[in-house]
Amino acid sequence: MMTPMRPLAVSACTVSSALGCGLQAQHDALRHGRGGLRPNDFGSAPRLGWIGRVADVEADALPAALAGWDCRNHRLAWLGLRQDGFLDRVQAARVRYGARRVALLLGTSTASIGATEEAYRRLDGAGRFPADLRRPALHAPDSLSAFVAAALALEGPSLTISTACSSSAKVFASAARLLALGLADAAVVGGVDSLCDSVLFGFNALELISPAACRPFDAARDGISIGEAAGFALLEHADAAPQAPRLLGYGEASDAWHMSSPHPDGQGAELALDAALARAGLDAAQVGYVNLHGTASRQNDAMEAALLARRFPATTRASSTKGFTGHTLGAAGIVEATIALQAIEYGFVPGNLGTVAPDPACGPQFAWQGETRRVDVALSNSFGFGGNNVCLVFGRAP
Amino acid sequence: MSHMQLHVEGIGLWSPQLADFAALCARLGGDMPAAAGAPAAALLPANERRRAPESVRLAVEVAGQALAMSGRDPGTLACVFASAHGDQATTDAICATLARTPAELSPTRFHHSVHNAPAGYWTIATGCRAPSSAVCAGTRSFAAALLEVSTQALAEQRPVLLVCSDIAGQGPLLEMTGCDRPFGCALLLAPDAGATTRARLRLELPADHASSTPPPATLADVAAGNPAAAALPLLARLAEAGGRCRLGLAAALDLLIDVEPAA
Repeated sequence: MMTPMRPLAVSACTVSSALGCGLQAQHDALRHGRGGLRPNDFGSAPRLGWIGRVADVEADALPAALAGWDCRNHRLAWLGLRQDGFLDRVQAARVRYGARRVALLLGTSTASIGATEEAYRRLDGAGRFPADLRRPALHAPDSLSAFVAAALALEGPSLTISTACSSSAKVFASAARLLALGLADAAVVGGVDSLCDSVLFGFNALELISPAACRPFDAARDGISIGEAAGFALLEHADAAPQAPRLLGYGEASDAWHMSSPHPDGQGAELALDAALARAGLDAAQVGYVNLHGTASRQNDAMEAALLARRFPATTRASSTKGFTGHTLGAAGIVEATIALQAIEYGFVPGNLGTVAPDPACGPQFAWQGETRRVDVALSNSFGFGGNNVCLVFGRAP
Repeated sequence: MSHMQLHVEGIGLWSPQLADFAALCARLGGDMPAAAGAPAAALLPANERRRAPESVRLAVEVAGQALAMSGRDPGTLACVFASAHGDQATTDAICATLARTPAELSPTRFHHSVHNAPAGYWTIATGCRAPSSAVCAGTRSFAAALLEVSTQALAEQRPVLLVCSDIAGQGPLLEMTGCDRPFGCALLLAPDAGATTRARLRLELPADHASSTPPPATLADVAAGNPAAAALPLLARLAEAGGRCRLGLAAALDLLIDVEPAA
C-alpha cells in the first residue's frame, strides 16, 4: 500500500552539541570515543545528574539586527547556524529558488522557555515580567522557527513541530511532503533545544535522571543525562545535488499506550520502522547502521533492544550515541540524523559510549566500540513522550 | 502543483459561545444559540478525563466532533494538533514552581506541559497507531497546520484530522500571550470525495500577499482573544454557501482557500 518516496538530497547539514561546534568536532569525538557529558553545572539548585552542555553559548551574542530575539536558546541556534558554512548554503538556495520557495521546519520541545522561566524568577513589584523580557515572541512555543526565519530571511512555509523527543526527526517527513507536492523547492530542517529548569526538574520529577553519566543499554542503566544541541540540514530534490547523501525514507507512528513510557513491545516504534523501510524500498538486512534512540531509561532501552534483535541481522550495526551527547530532547532527531550521515560519509560506526555491562537483551548488532566499516544505508530512531515514534532512512548517493 | 484539492468530512468547534459547528451555523443564520457548557471530551475514558488538563479536554472535544461527523475509524486516522501557546495554565504553574521550589515540580504537570499532550491523550484514548503530530506557528498556527495536514493527506493519500485550539492564559504569562479565552476547532480532511464529504477545499499559495480575510462581523465576540479563532473565516464559509478566504501563512505568504459545498 505504501509507495516508495522519491529520495531527496541532504545537500548541507551542521550540528553543535556537547561534542563541540560543527561536524568535524562531532566526528572527532565519536572516532576517539570522547564523550561530552559533565556534572550538572547549569540552572537552579539542586543541580542533579550530568549534562551535555554546549560551551560558551552565553558568550555568543546575536547580531544587532536580531537583538530583540536574544535568549539562550536563540544564541545556541545562531551558534549552530554559523557552523560548516551552513548560512552560505542556505543563502545560495534562497538565491537559486527564491525566499518564498524555501520552507523552514524546525523541531524543539521547549523552545525558549528558559526565558519565560527567567521572567518568573524576576517578576517586578506588580507581578509582571521584567521590562527586558516583555517580548511576546520569546514566550511562545514557535519562537525557534520565527527566529530562524528572521535570521535566514526565509519567506516560505514555516512551522515548528513539537512532539517532544521526536520533534526534529518529524521535520524531515513534513519537508519531504512539501517538496513532493511542489510547494517548496528546498527546505531547511533541524532543531534546537537548550538546557532549562523545566526539563532538568521535569525529568527529575519523573525519576528518569541518572545521578551519573548515562549508560545506554547497560544492564544497570539508571536514567538519562540531558543535553542541548542545535542542528540543521538543507533538503533539495536529488537532481539539484547529485553527489549529496539522500533521505531515502521516513516512518511515523503512535504507540497508543502511555504519556510518558513507551509501548513495552515497541509496537509504535516497529510501525515507524516498517513505514520507513517501505518508503525507502529496502529490507532490514540492507541497513548498515542504526542510530538508536537509546536514552538509557529502563523502559526505552528494553523495548528498543528487543526490536533491534528481532528485526535486524548481526551484520546491521547499532549504537546509541546519547552517552556522547546526552539526550538533547527535541534536537535529538537532527543530531542523530547527522551522526547517521557521518557513518555513511566516513565509513565509521560510533560506539555505544558509557556501557560497562551490556543488558543481556542486547543482540549481536551492538557496536559497543567504534567500528570502521562501509555503511551505505543508515537509520535513525527517535521516540517521544506521548508515544510519538519516527524512523529516518539515509543513504549514500547512488 | 498549482493547487491542492481536499474534501471536508468532519468539522468540530468549541468556544464559550458556540458548543459545536451546528451552533455556528445557527448563529450565522441569525439565531443566538445557548452558551456552551465546558467541553465534554466524551472520547476520553472517565479517569483520563478527570486527570487531563483543560487544553487536552478542549482539543479532544473538537476532534471528537469532527470524527463523529465523518464516521471514520480513529485507530488508523493520522492527526495533527496545533496550538499557538500550548497549555498556558500548565506553563504558568510550572514556571511559578520553578521560581520558588524547583525540586517540587509535579511529574504530572511536566508531562502535561509537552506540546503533544493532546496528541498523546487522543491517540491513547482512540487506540490510534497512525502518525500524530503537534505543531505551532504563532498567530498563523491554524493556516500553517492546515497546510501541514493538506500535504500529509495528499502526499500519503490518507485522511488526516486537524485540530487547532488554545485555552485561556493565566498569571504573568497572560500579558505576553494576550490569549484570554478558549477556542478550538477541528477539520477532518480526505484526499478523495466520499459519502460523508461536506465540502471541497481548493488550496493554493498565491503569488501575491494581502490582508487575511476578516471573520464575519456577527462573530466578532467569538473571534477575539484567541489565535485559533483565525480559522473562523474558513469555518463560516463551510457553514454557509462556500466562497473564498485568505489566511496568512508566513510573514509574506498566504494560503488562499476556495470552499465549495458538496452537492
